[in-house]
Amino acid sequence: MSITYLEAIREAQAHALRDDPRVFIYGQDVGAFGGAFKATKNLQKEFPGRVLDSPISEDAMIGLAVGTAIEGMRPIIEMQFADFSTVAFNQIVNQASTLFWRTNVPCPITVRLPFGGTSGSGPFHSQCLEAIYAHYPGLVVMTPATVEDAYSMLLSAVAIDDPVIFCEHKFLYYHLKAEKLPSEALPIGKARIAREGRDLTIVTYSAMVHEALAAADELATEGWQVEVVDLRSIKPLDTDTVVASVARTGRLLCVGEAWPWGGVTAEVIARVAAESYGLLDAPPQRLNAKDTPVPYHPNLWAAHRPTARSVAAAARKLIRF
Amino acid sequence: MLHTVSGSRTVVETQLAAYRYMLRARLLDEKFAALYRAGKIHGGVFLGRGQEALSAAIGISLKKSDVFAPLIRDAAGRLAFGEPIIDAVRTYLGSALGPMRGRDGNVHRGRPQEGYLPMISHLGAMVSVVNGILFARRMKGITGIVGAACLGEGATSTGAFHESLNQAAVEKLPLVLIVANNQFAYSTPTSSQFACADLANKATGYGVEAHALDGTDFSDCLETVGSAVARARAGHGPQLVVASLLRLCGHGEHDDAGYILPEQKNSPMGRDCLKVAEDWLQKNKLADPAQFAVWRSEAIREIEEAVAQAQREPAPDPYEEKWSALSSEHLNELRES
Repeated sequence: MSITYLEAIREAQAHALRDDPRVFIYGQDVGAFGGAFKATKNLQKEFPGRVLDSPISEDAMIGLAVGTAIEGMRPIIEMQFADFSTVAFNQIVNQASTLFWRTNVPCPITVRLPFGGTSGSGPFHSQCLEAIYAHYPGLVVMTPATVEDAYSMLLSAVAIDDPVIFCEHKFLYYHLKAEKLPSEALPIGKARIAREGRDLTIVTYSAMVHEALAAADELATEGWQVEVVDLRSIKPLDTDTVVASVARTGRLLCVGEAWPWGGVTAEVIARVAAESYGLLDAPPQRLNAKDTPVPYHPNLWAAHRPTARSVAAAARKLIRF
Repeated sequence: MLHTVSGSRTVVETQLAAYRYMLRARLLDEKFAALYRAGKIHGGVFLGRGQEALSAAIGISLKKSDVFAPLIRDAAGRLAFGEPIIDAVRTYLGSALGPMRGRDGNVHRGRPQEGYLPMISHLGAMVSVVNGILFARRMKGITGIVGAACLGEGATSTGAFHESLNQAAVEKLPLVLIVANNQFAYSTPTSSQFACADLANKATGYGVEAHALDGTDFSDCLETVGSAVARARAGHGPQLVVASLLRLCGHGEHDDAGYILPEQKNSPMGRDCLKVAEDWLQKNKLADPAQFAVWRSEAIREIEEAVAQAQREPAPDPYEEKWSALSSEHLNELRES
């Protein structure tokens, strides 16, 4: 018996609906159809009146969620693809994220963003928008890389009294499997050492954790021990765990699937450089997607985003610096 | 705290109460304008001059348990819904004791948990939040409530207007969407804003009921808004109310409104609704100039007392400020950078 990343997301939602009468799900095709990715499969049947189809109106979906949160509900909003959340951008970054600060009324909404590239998805079904949401005050941004985290962090997201942008990677939906769901988890805001090593630290999150781990396997055959830090949530960002790892290795490579300008990798490097310059034995490096829209064709897509091979190449170069 | 006047009034009592909210709003706005000119207010001042009849009619048609999302020209509606004058004054003067605690100012004030929503600046964005409150209450089995959201004609051009009105229609929510067509969105005339003959026609496309009214006419405002609110309350779904009027001031007090044409000012649309209301009350022998003068001086005293009080109150202190945008303080990053 094994459970996929996607099934963990469905199970977490079922768990939240079962445990808390304030929870409901609202999104496009989430009802009888079970969602574009089937993340809400059978939930409408199991929880009548609490898994509701919305019109194709991302702005109004989030606005409605904020209104229900004011009334004490805990909505989970499914964006069909993270890319479409840009239509709801105003409501997320101006309405939801400012509500508590302006009025002292919490805004416990969870916005699920199926994000990131998969082969053949192209420019408008592949985007990584975590950094742009992390830029705004008042939002928590989660980027689980494992089945266990997909489950436990989604439960945390629903329980948190603030708006959470839950970035679930579509590339991990079906491939990633675990034996069982976890009964405990690291707290939100705490990074995880996904692999220990002493020669180089790779800091990454979400699907890129797995590319980094594959790169670390490859480098191990060459005699290098690479440490991989999975950030888990990019906001809050666990700088302490990152710095502690760099203190062990002296070398830092940040890997992100998002576009290169600004973003999570730049933020991590800025923090390490500013706070722990003396720990570095080499200039910190980062590897991101190329600065173009995400291409459709698999040949182009494989070259557009970081992969185990390009991560390994960047790591080698940094180790030899 | 909200709703100082009870919901079960006679028609005459409603008319008199509405007039008094209009008068208090006009005088409160004038005080804010004077404070602005004296340099006592940070940021903008936005008046509801010419829109008080419509606004008062909205506030007075709602019950305390209803939902109200006013816009920038709704001082009268806010008062009628039960906002104390001191909340408005504290927000304009930035008192730390006001509902927004100096974090937001002027018209951006409210008390969400009392069904009174503080607007963000992005037009049309509050409507779906009202939908959400109505949606949640329906899930909780609460019935018989109404949510009123105010917009100008400019906001009907936004995607948020379309999405939220359509959403309310699909969900058959008791939403009353009031559009004050005051002829200008900042300086943009209606000819550059929409091409339909009448904004009320838009209701057909959304499958909702429409009401058109003369926003300068006090009794039309009370009657038509009251009936739209009653229709929504009775389960007839969203109601679109379109009021024709003229903004009798600039967009804000920084704006001399040179773009408002003299022929518009001199047209029936340019009538001052406060004067129209006074004439109507006198004609119907419900009040006389002596009574108006008493009400005026009572309102001025109340406003001056509120201003004096707020001016004595502490301003927000940056060293006392929590600087936390999250309610979950443990999730803040404790870094200065």
